[in-house]
Amino acid sequence: MSAETVSIAITGAGGAGVMTAAQMVLNAAARTGLYGLMARSTGPQIRGGEAAAFIRLGAKPVNCLDNRFDVMVSLDWLNVERFAAEIPLDAASLIVCDADAGPPPSRIVASGAQFVTLPLQQTVKSLPGGRLNMLGLGVLAAILGVPDDAITVVVEKALRKRGQAVLDAGLAGVTAGRSLVEGLDVGRFHLQGASTAARTDRWSVSGNEMAGLGAVRGGIRFVAAYPITPATEILEWLAPNLEKVGGVLVQAEDELASINMIIGASFGGTPSLTATSGPGLALMMEAIGLSVASETPIVVVNVMRGGPSTGIPTKSEQSDLNIALYGLHGDAPHIVTAANSISDCLFTTQWSVHLAEQLQAPVITLTDQSLGQSRAVIDRPADISFFSKRETFAAAAATPYQRYAITGSGVSAMAIPGTPGGEYVADGLEHSVTGRPSSGAEDHGEQLAKRARKLEDLDYGQYWAEIEGEGPLAVVTWGSCAGPVREAAELARAAGMDLRVISLRLLAPAQTDRLEQALAGVERLLVVEQSHSRQFYRYLRAFYDLPGEIRVFSRPGPLPIRSSEVLQHIQSWS
Amino acid sequence: MSALPEQTALSASDFKSDYRPVWCPGCGHYSVLSSLTKALAELAVRREDIAVISGIGCSSRIPAYTNLYGFHSVHGRALAVATGLKVARPDLLVIVAGGDGDGYSIGGNHFIHACRRNVDMTYIVMDNQVYGMTKGQASPTTPADWDKSKLTPHGTGVSPFHPLAVALAAGANFIARCFAGDPNGTARVITEAVRHPGFSMVQVLSPCVTYQPEQREWKNTVRKADIVTTSEADLAARWLMADDGLSTGVMYKGHRPVYRPELEETASVADLEKWFAV
Repeated sequence: MSAETVSIAITGAGGAGVMTAAQMVLNAAARTGLYGLMARSTGPQIRGGEAAAFIRLGAKPVNCLDNRFDVMVSLDWLNVERFAAEIPLDAASLIVCDADAGPPPSRIVASGAQFVTLPLQQTVKSLPGGRLNMLGLGVLAAILGVPDDAITVVVEKALRKRGQAVLDAGLAGVTAGRSLVEGLDVGRFHLQGASTAARTDRWSVSGNEMAGLGAVRGGIRFVAAYPITPATEILEWLAPNLEKVGGVLVQAEDELASINMIIGASFGGTPSLTATSGPGLALMMEAIGLSVASETPIVVVNVMRGGPSTGIPTKSEQSDLNIALYGLHGDAPHIVTAANSISDCLFTTQWSVHLAEQLQAPVITLTDQSLGQSRAVIDRPADISFFSKRETFAAAAATPYQRYAITGSGVSAMAIPGTPGGEYVADGLEHSVTGRPSSGAEDHGEQLAKRARKLEDLDYGQYWAEIEGEGPLAVVTWGSCAGPVREAAELARAAGMDLRVISLRLLAPAQTDRLEQALAGVERLLVVEQSHSRQFYRYLRAFYDLPGEIRVFSRPGPLPIRSSEVLQHIQSWS
Repeated sequence: MSALPEQTALSASDFKSDYRPVWCPGCGHYSVLSSLTKALAELAVRREDIAVISGIGCSSRIPAYTNLYGFHSVHGRALAVATGLKVARPDLLVIVAGGDGDGYSIGGNHFIHACRRNVDMTYIVMDNQVYGMTKGQASPTTPADWDKSKLTPHGTGVSPFHPLAVALAAGANFIARCFAGDPNGTARVITEAVRHPGFSMVQVLSPCVTYQPEQREWKNTVRKADIVTTSEADLAARWLMADDGLSTGVMYKGHRPVYRPELEETASVADLEKWFAV
């Protein structure tokens, strides 16, 4: 256990309630003033497969999972071997398991961890309406030293709507779980929280919820949705919430429909978005090109998972970078952004809506499973308002309206249906300034240049990247890898090293001058990413002049990039 | 169609642009364009409140030949674009137009689900049983033994698709067939289709004189249907399945529920955010 955080893994059969119990632990810890992170690892089965929840709690904001686990609570051993590689244990770890579950897998035993067997199943059977996961919650609460009242509030909040009997059984399970741990020496796992008062300055959020909120904050009022793991929670969060703010979500028949529906709604003047994952993004590509050509703003949030094809739907990988950057046919300038933390899913999505509307272009916003489906306790995000909006055509202009007029910025006023005098036909065919189809070289050249220029000339301000630190060694990364990289950098600095971390938020259009400036004086450059073919490294090589000696730490999913590995790369390079 | 601000004294020609269509001389689509603009003049809706949405193909060029708001989108996706537009902007009159390949083949899934969803819009399919823009290949409505295409030299060997029966089964609320050779009749049906709530499916037999010259015969073989419009889906289904595809008229006007989500603000974004507090 590191001095400031404690890490717990809870495992059990899928459907046993592992995720529910883990979320309650996280929320209860949050009520005591702790920060935390909860990641999930599941198989494709709805029930009966494997499920593991990983929690890390700390007194300071938690960027990523730890390199090892302090505590593992195993509700059963059924499928644990399938993700044992994701749960590094050692001699200082404590494993709590059921007395009747049989012998633990040899790989777990080999870790040298201390085992404590408790009569979990036996106790559950003695409780009317007892549920194993609530017992596990009590066990964990006792091990972590989370006070009773914090747990009770969280359990009540979650179970009250299911009736008094369920609530009572749940609380009884927690109490019974607590008493099983009595007498065990677990004081070393207790973290001191600040208070038990309800706090409005801390939020408990998933990346997918934050992407949904970012959409709404940015002004999105139409969403078309086709379910896909691991993006579905964005759409499920938006469905009830969008309608409260006067918007609407339509469930489409497929991703081809959802992308084209949002183009239609945006043509009508309503800021529009969809969310998907790799296979869905692949289906949407043709219509994203239509958005480019017709200059109709849209946002596509793509929550990456293991690929190609159906790949590993429930696990994280950063391997959709190539399709997001290069997947469109023709010369099709578009914007690609990436969130670099769970809370940043909010900012990046909101900013992406703003960019789409301002530039009348499609934005592909990349997050991934580990950001989207993980929960974090964070400081309440600041209110950020972007003032510019879509430039629209006002009726009764003196000169005849030209939808695709060549302007200084490359952005031309968009007429919204209902506006007299603005009637035009949006077209995926190349067109003249009026929108009339044209296959002429002059129109093609002019319109290509206009669409490229409007993206290239915009000043994206400070938001293009997150930059911290100084020094001759730089780590350049993106997306969810920023979490472990930041933690590694913090540890390296604590050990006396100077280094800088650059995490790109704006991937396209490439910010060549800005990155070169940020890398000035760098002698060694470490690229960290989660893909097999080093997609991010190749992208950097294609668009930027990288200084100094370069190394790449790249690995595909599903294993997360860990801060200890990044630190090792940094420290071994001297 | 819900009540829109009326504008009187517009004639059919006021809805036409000055672009010259890409269509061949003798193409049925010229007549459909005239029928559409006649219907719009009859409906007396302000030009700026109408949107014509299409996909790709000869007939899908139609938005540019009007002076209305329009979207010439990608192949097969017109109904999806139109659905997004109409749901987000229920105040607009939305017309979707295209061909048989665009609507029934590459766009077949959207066709089924647009019927099912029953959003208030009118879908005009100019059906000439051929892909004209790619120079004459078989479409889903081409007869199985049509062997004039280089792509299917022995005929398709596949039974033609039955668009109106599919539309009825899938849930469309208004089903009609027209003939481009009867522009006034087609205009009347389009007017009726727009006025009827929900998804209105209008198939127009529109000859392709270039790749299906035998369709010139339609002026002799197409006839008015010998039925009265029904709201009984089972009667309409039996009639449609027995018909040879050359009878015109309004076969079905239903009372199926229309998809029309409310767009009413009842909370602020700040209200939504309260849920996240620990």
